[in-house]
Amino acid sequence: MAGSIPVSPTVDGAATLARNRGVTPWSEAWRRFRRHRLALISVVTLAAMVLLVGFGPWIWKVPINEIDFTARLAAPMLAHPFGTDDLGQDLFARMLYGGRISLSVGLAAMLMSLTVGVIIGAVAGISRGSIDAGLMWVTDLFLSLPQLPLLLVLIYLFRDSLKAVFGPEVGVFLLIVVVIGMFRWMPVARLVRAQFFSLREKEFVEAARALGASLPRQVVRHILPNSLGPVIVAGTIDVAAAIIAESTLSFLGLGFPPDIPTWGRLLFDAKDYLDIAPHYALFPGAAIFLAVLAINFIGDGLRDALDPRKVM
Amino acid sequence: MSSPLLEIRGLKTHFATDDGWLHAVDGVDLTIGHGETVAVVGESGCGKTVTAMTVLKLIAMPPGRIVAGQVLYRGRDLVPLSSNEMRQIRAKEIAIVFQEPMTSLNPVYTVGDQIAEVVRLHEGLSRKAAIERAIEMLKLVHIPTADQRVHDYPHQFSGGMRQRVMIAMALSCQPKLLIADEPTTALDVTIQAQILELLAELKAKFGMALMLITHAMGVVAETAQRVVVMYAGKVIEEAPVGELFAHPRHPYTQGLIRSIPRIDTAATHKTRLETIAGVVPKLIAPPEGCRFAPRCKFAQERCVSATPPLREVAPGHKVACVLS
Repeated sequence: MAGSIPVSPTVDGAATLARNRGVTPWSEAWRRFRRHRLALISVVTLAAMVLLVGFGPWIWKVPINEIDFTARLAAPMLAHPFGTDDLGQDLFARMLYGGRISLSVGLAAMLMSLTVGVIIGAVAGISRGSIDAGLMWVTDLFLSLPQLPLLLVLIYLFRDSLKAVFGPEVGVFLLIVVVIGMFRWMPVARLVRAQFFSLREKEFVEAARALGASLPRQVVRHILPNSLGPVIVAGTIDVAAAIIAESTLSFLGLGFPPDIPTWGRLLFDAKDYLDIAPHYALFPGAAIFLAVLAINFIGDGLRDALDPRKVM
Repeated sequence: MSSPLLEIRGLKTHFATDDGWLHAVDGVDLTIGHGETVAVVGESGCGKTVTAMTVLKLIAMPPGRIVAGQVLYRGRDLVPLSSNEMRQIRAKEIAIVFQEPMTSLNPVYTVGDQIAEVVRLHEGLSRKAAIERAIEMLKLVHIPTADQRVHDYPHQFSGGMRQRVMIAMALSCQPKLLIADEPTTALDVTIQAQILELLAELKAKFGMALMLITHAMGVVAETAQRVVVMYAGKVIEEAPVGELFAHPRHPYTQGLIRSIPRIDTAATHKTRLETIAGVVPKLIAPPEGCRFAPRCKFAQERCVSATPPLREVAPGHKVACVLS
């Protein structure tokens, strides 16, 4: 939203002043964000998770597919910090590897659904009459589609051709991100449209128009930034939903191949051993829980930090 | 005098509603000379704001429609212009200040950014130069420590200060005509006086014309040179300000002036404040004849049979009433 505002927009004298008062937009947003203690903890948590899954496999060099039947479903110990699974594979190594996919699927699918949702919602919200009606009709259509059967059909249709072009991992990743994104943009579009409906009648939009702002300018500079609060929160929920949707697909054998241990996949594999090896489900579950919670708090903090009306 | 700055001829702006066409502005003629202050008065719903919005073509179309008439700005008709051409006119030639300063600024940008946006849009200045101009404009509207306040957000300003910012924004490209649509209605009385003073001062400084829309007769007496009284979408009387207050001809204008509370008589004479009975008529399918007739004490047969034309009764004094 404040993306168009350079950090130091002023002439020298005023810039010094501004710096003294610490009010450049980004530093102001950062100051506000820091006030949100949970959001700050969440940033640290999420950053730690990203670093772990990003660099962990180079430090924790246990292979993810080393089968050791002597250590089946072993409880956490020094050699296996998170224990082992039903084949005696090291859970920690598997989670580090799978976390990359789970987190990036979540984030990419969120970006996808937000982009589609914001564009469709904005176009519908700013145009009256038939365009709006048509787009909302499409939105309702997508909402009413039975998603799981359609997912199956889509994946069945496109998986092999994508695999052929991009290779098995990237191909499936793209497919899953697009498919999840395509099925989660509707709430965002409705949210954005509703925001636009109220915002486009606001006096400051009228004032901008009266001072010569073109329609795209009114939308991008004046309406959109004011409508992003709820969108950011919806986006954080989408990350969570995408991580979980990915695990559903993996479980049905339609997501990533079974040898790629995404967190959702691990969780589903673990459900048969809940009574004898609770740690097997606990660790991937906790990872999903932590990631989702952290992203939600960050969304909360961002919304507060980027809303200058809120006195903090 | 050469051609006036703004000349509105027979303007009709109608709105589509569920009950039919609403004749919000129904044949308005209005002239504003270079550097002149013209007040447009009338009670709520008489078409003042719609007239102003039509000049800048800010009416939502649909449901609005300019049915007839011309808006000549320096001899050029604005009505047929495309929205691109209108954008060049807005702020650069004709600017407008709205009634509601609390909501007329975008809450997510600093006031400096918002003023700078207007300047950059119309004059293509660099960001730095535009911010400098913004500071300059804020100084002009007497905002203390403007070089610091320029980085503040709208919520950090009071109502009167925000209206000053709005004025700074409107004037940042030095328009030739400023339309002030009830600029003081939402403010308390002491601030009102300050804002009016500021407008008068800036008007003198920039040599621009001012179209002041208001329903406060006190504001009119203080600032305007000429007054246009509107009623139910029509101009019913037009006169220089002194002449209007001394010899109001139209019964409606007389009523308006009598309904101003007076501090000098209120204390000694225990009289009720005069009002004009009734309300503004519905503007959907208005009947023939004078629109004020149903509320007029002097209404006669001929008032309802035909619409009285606006005619000159004294130099510069026009009135639309059969009685004068």
